[in-house]
Parts: sequence; C-alpha cells; structure tokens
Amino acid sequence: MSFFLIRMNFKGKDIISIKDFSRKEINYILDYAKDMIPYATGEKHKNILGEKVLSSLFFEPSTRTRLSFESAMNRLGGKVIGFSDPSGTSQKKGESLADTIRMADSYSDAIVVRHPHEGAARLAAEFAEVPVLNAGDGAGRHPTQCLLDLFTILTEKKKIKKNKIVLLGDLKYGRTVHSLAYALSLYGAELTFVSPASLKMPNEVINECKELGVEPAYTASLEKAIKDADVLYVTRIQRERFPDAEEYNRVVGTYKIDNDLLKNGKKDLIVMHPLPRVTEIHPEVDTTPHAIYFKQAFNGVPVRMALLSLVIGGRI
Amino acid sequence: MKKELKVPRIKDGTVIDHITAGNAVKVLHILGIPRSTSSIVSVAMNVKSKFGKKDIVKVENRELDPNEVNKIALIAPKATINFIRDYEVAKKHKVKLPNEIIGIVSCSNPTCVSNAKEPVRSRFKVISKDPPRIKCYYCEREPEDIADRII
Repeated sequence: MSFFLIRMNFKGKDIISIKDFSRKEINYILDYAKDMIPYATGEKHKNILGEKVLSSLFFEPSTRTRLSFESAMNRLGGKVIGFSDPSGTSQKKGESLADTIRMADSYSDAIVVRHPHEGAARLAAEFAEVPVLNAGDGAGRHPTQCLLDLFTILTEKKKIKKNKIVLLGDLKYGRTVHSLAYALSLYGAELTFVSPASLKMPNEVINECKELGVEPAYTASLEKAIKDADVLYVTRIQRERFPDAEEYNRVVGTYKIDNDLLKNGKKDLIVMHPLPRVTEIHPEVDTTPHAIYFKQAFNGVPVRMALLSLVIGGRI
Repeated sequence: MKKELKVPRIKDGTVIDHITAGNAVKVLHILGIPRSTSSIVSVAMNVKSKFGKKDIVKVENRELDPNEVNKIALIAPKATINFIRDYEVAKKHKVKLPNEIIGIVSCSNPTCVSNAKEPVRSRFKVISKDPPRIKCYYCEREPEDIADRII
C-alpha cells in the first residue's frame, strides 16, 4: 500500500452498499486491492487470516461472487463454512434470515450473504456482531461487484474521471449498474445509458448521478454510443428479474456485441461484463484486446481479499 | 358576530390544528388513538379556514408528547400542536418531521426484506421534510404514496 496513504480503520465494518463509502475510502480499498494481486494469483503467500472463519451464505445461485470470496478467504489462510443452496438448511423449515444470521455470527469471524430480498444484507448486519459483506440482495445492491468494476477500470485506464463509459442492457433490473452509475458519478465519469425503452435506468438512479454533478446521456443506439467510448459495460437481460416471460422475450437479444460492431469503437475501448453472459457478447470478441471481462472476474479475488483483510483485521 | 366553533373548546389538553383535510383519521392511527389514551377525543374534518379546508383533533386532559406527534408531519406537514391550559393556548409549535420513521409506514417494494417474515419493523430515513420524502433503510426505495402506506 502506498506509504503516503493514511491507514484507515475498516475493522468490523459492514460492506452493505457502495453509498456507505466516501471516495477516499473507496480509493483506499482499491489501492490495497492492488497490493493483493500477487497473493490472489498465488505468486506470494501470507496467512494473515489463518484461524479465521468466514460464513458464506448464498440463498441465491452464484458462481463468480461465491467462488472468488471463498478463494479470497483461502488465499489469505482462512477457512470457509456455509452453503450455496439453501434447500439443505433450516430456511426450508421456515427459519428467518435473522435467526440464520445469529447462528453464523456465533460460528465465524465474518459473514458473506447473498439473498433474494432487497435489504437482506442490511438486516443481517443488524443481527450480527461480526462484519457482514453483501454479495447481492435481490435487485438491490452488490457493492463488491461495484468495487471490482471500479478496480478494473482503474487498472485498465489508469483513471476513472472523465472516461466515457457506456452502460448497456438491462438498466432497470440490473443491480450492478445501479451501484456502478452512482460510483462512477462519484468519480466524475461521463455516462451514457443504452437500453431497450422498457429497461431504462430508473429515475431515482439518474437523479443520484445528477446530484453528484453528472448528467447522463441516454440513447437506444449502441452504434452511436460506442463511437467515442472508453469503456463499454454490458449487462445480461436477466430472465429471473422479469415479472412475466412475455416482457422478457420482447427485449432479449436487442443488443449483440461482436467484432463488426466493435469496429465502430476506439482501438483501446474495453468491454466489461459482470458475467454470466448468454448471447449478448459473441465469443469471437473474447480473443480481442477489447475483452476485459475475464480479467474483471479475476479482479474479484484481490478486491475481496482486500475487503476481508480490512474488515476481519490483518494486513499483508 | 362571534365565530361558532364546530368542536367545543377544551379546558386542558392538546389541539392538533391545520391537519391536511381528510387525514385526521390517519393522524389518529399514527398516534395510536384511541388505544393509547382514554381521554375524550374530538375530530373535526373539512373545517373551513383561511387556507382552505383542514382537519382538527382535540385530545382532552392530556398533553401529547411532541416527539410522538411530530411523526404526523409525514402526512400533515403543516399541522400545529397546541397545548391548552385553562382554555388558553399555553404552548404552540409546528410539527417537525423526525430524521427516522420506524414502524409507521410499510415499504412499497414487495420484495423488500422489511415486508418478509423477519423480526424487524419498517424503518425509513427522512430525506426531505417539506414536502415529506422518505427512503427505506433496508432496500433504499422511496415510496411515493406515503399516506396510503401507513401501517
């Protein structure tokens, strides 16, 4: 960690919403995450969380978030308990989330929770003494994804401010884009939203950007939007968030990213995606220098290592 | 000509005046009346005033806790609280919305954890006092129809 940064104390702090953090605090976390990279790749080892236990409670499916949290804890020498499918737990018998959290609180030193209800992590933090890290609450917040997205832009573009960033896809139900639009505004990025008319960014989020001094542009034309873009952030149209199948079928497949489309963009345009992708990015893009999404998924490990280390306590 | 009062003056107690017309019953609900008091309570609705129509609530022989009454600013931001002692107004102040509203309004988001079977009460942060605007502490959603969401 850069020596000129004053050490901030995050021990015991919950990570619920990106809005709970100032820009200074976010910078501090991202800076620390950079130091974690050689430990995340396995190049270096340090058991700073040896003897510590993490509860990993996933009430909804997850691949990257769960695995990268668990990898992060293991890489730092800690242990992980928990579940990835609540059907084998007392939730099935009707146990409240509050009671499950009370148990995990007494079994571990930190809790990671993903839950289908918005606000679930905030509730969990009320019932736990140990720090709670939100791994996604329904269509609500996903702060660690937001941090790793910021980290990716920062490492690829060296700065966040004044980058022209296009957020594309399901901007209505997509939880990552809401937090991200807020955080990017906090850094003064230039935002353009591209989505089908029925999946536009909610006014609440647009107003938050405006309050931070950013006036987002909106267009339905992706070709136009990517012309001078530095970052194209693609999201999946999520079937599971749609109230009815008909609405989903109407909009799925509206936008497709392929090499033909990317010819309209800048040479150093980077394409990001929180993954999983379905059909929105053609596999032919994977081998181009534009494709950053797998690197972005890796970045989840150093960022989550930094967070676990900061909130549980123990520094590299 | 002497103005005729629709609800008789009270000797001692609390008068909540300038309640947004039509909201008196909701005000009583927020204050837990009649459950919270055995005093005589009079309600006048749609009373003509300088600023149009208003509702009035009079609670006899009891001075309500202003911190409690302040919660009604959610649906009656212009209301005033008057403490009456021996037929005179001894103290008068405007309601002031507290910074947090707990257990009064339900969240408008059906998938908010506060609407699930969890041992918590609804909780909102006040983001604007006039006009009243609140945001759910749990899911951060802002209900537009506060008056319709009173529990």
